[in-house]
Amino acid sequence: MSEQLSTADTTPSPLVTALQREHPEWLSEVIYAFGETTIIVPREHIVAACSFLRTWPEGQFNFLADICGADRGSEEEPRFEVNYHLFSTTKYHRLRLKVVLNEEDTHVPSVAGVWRTANWHERETFDMFGVIFDGHPDLRRILLPDDWQGHALRKDFPLRGYEPYSLK
Amino acid sequence: MGLENVIAEALPEVLTTRLDSLINWARKSSLWPATFGLACCAIEMMNATTSRNDLARFGAEVFRASPRQADVMIVSGRVSRKMAPVLRRIYDQMPEPKWVISMGACATSGGVFDNYAIVQGVDKIVPVDVYIPGCPPRPEMLIHAVMMLQDKVMKESVRDRRDVPEEEARQAVVPGTLPVTDGSTARQNALPESRPYTIASRHERRRSS
Repeated sequence: MSEQLSTADTTPSPLVTALQREHPEWLSEVIYAFGETTIIVPREHIVAACSFLRTWPEGQFNFLADICGADRGSEEEPRFEVNYHLFSTTKYHRLRLKVVLNEEDTHVPSVAGVWRTANWHERETFDMFGVIFDGHPDLRRILLPDDWQGHALRKDFPLRGYEPYSLK
Repeated sequence: MGLENVIAEALPEVLTTRLDSLINWARKSSLWPATFGLACCAIEMMNATTSRNDLARFGAEVFRASPRQADVMIVSGRVSRKMAPVLRRIYDQMPEPKWVISMGACATSGGVFDNYAIVQGVDKIVPVDVYIPGCPPRPEMLIHAVMMLQDKVMKESVRDRRDVPEEEARQAVVPGTLPVTDGSTARQNALPESRPYTIASRHERRRSS
């Protein structure tokens, strides 16, 4: 391994510079690390940014690979983040969008109208982290049982749950 | 003695026995398991029915997808909390008499999955008759458990109603703590040389030699 992975590669990608020129309000922060590009998007612009990136001729991000939540810990501020991993099957490049959220207000606009696969990914993020996606057509739990208390992947959720399970 | 001798002399083609013995013999000789494969233990459970291990020798090879046609539920694998009500419902759909084999460390105690998602032992949901240790147990261990269950069935009586809730807490047998039989049959059929319980497979024999 002669090639070293740089964590502080500041060379802006042409994609980001073009995006910055057209919609500078969408990019509150751009992070280059390990050859990947991450854009932190303000919460109110996430649906507009996603629908633009999907049909943008230079982007063509027609494939939503993943939506996942992350809990940085209850002592962090902002505490939660929602990551959108985009991929283009025609241009063959990737982009990560990120929305950061405070603990008190975990509402994000839903992108299920942009990519239909976001429906289940957002349900999973709601299930595990309690992030509420406004405008989602059917925001129910998807992996945990319907009568579950709490959100299992939050850092303050106990590993063994709140009480031992028994039907008796 | 008594009546039996009179009947045996008058009707030499008639055999007399206890009703319990006859019914239990019929029950134990055709245990129909309900398929409840949950994880990697299910692969070993399937392997127990193959030509190599041949669970059909003990009458328990007819795996049923419908719980209404099954006698034994072999819980093979870890039970998640979301699956737990489903498992209980399938158990409730099985007709009496019915038995449960908890196969493997996860079904018995949660195994390595000591977390919020996994039920820490299937005996928190349904009464278990035989526990099998192992991760996963070999097919021979499942066959051993079936034989232990057959031995347990032979000790039951038709007067024991099992479909009442109070009877649910049944005595469980942990493998290794009790002999498979009381030894009377083994003494009668004793061979001069001792036979191993399992025949070593080809690679095991090669390794030992």
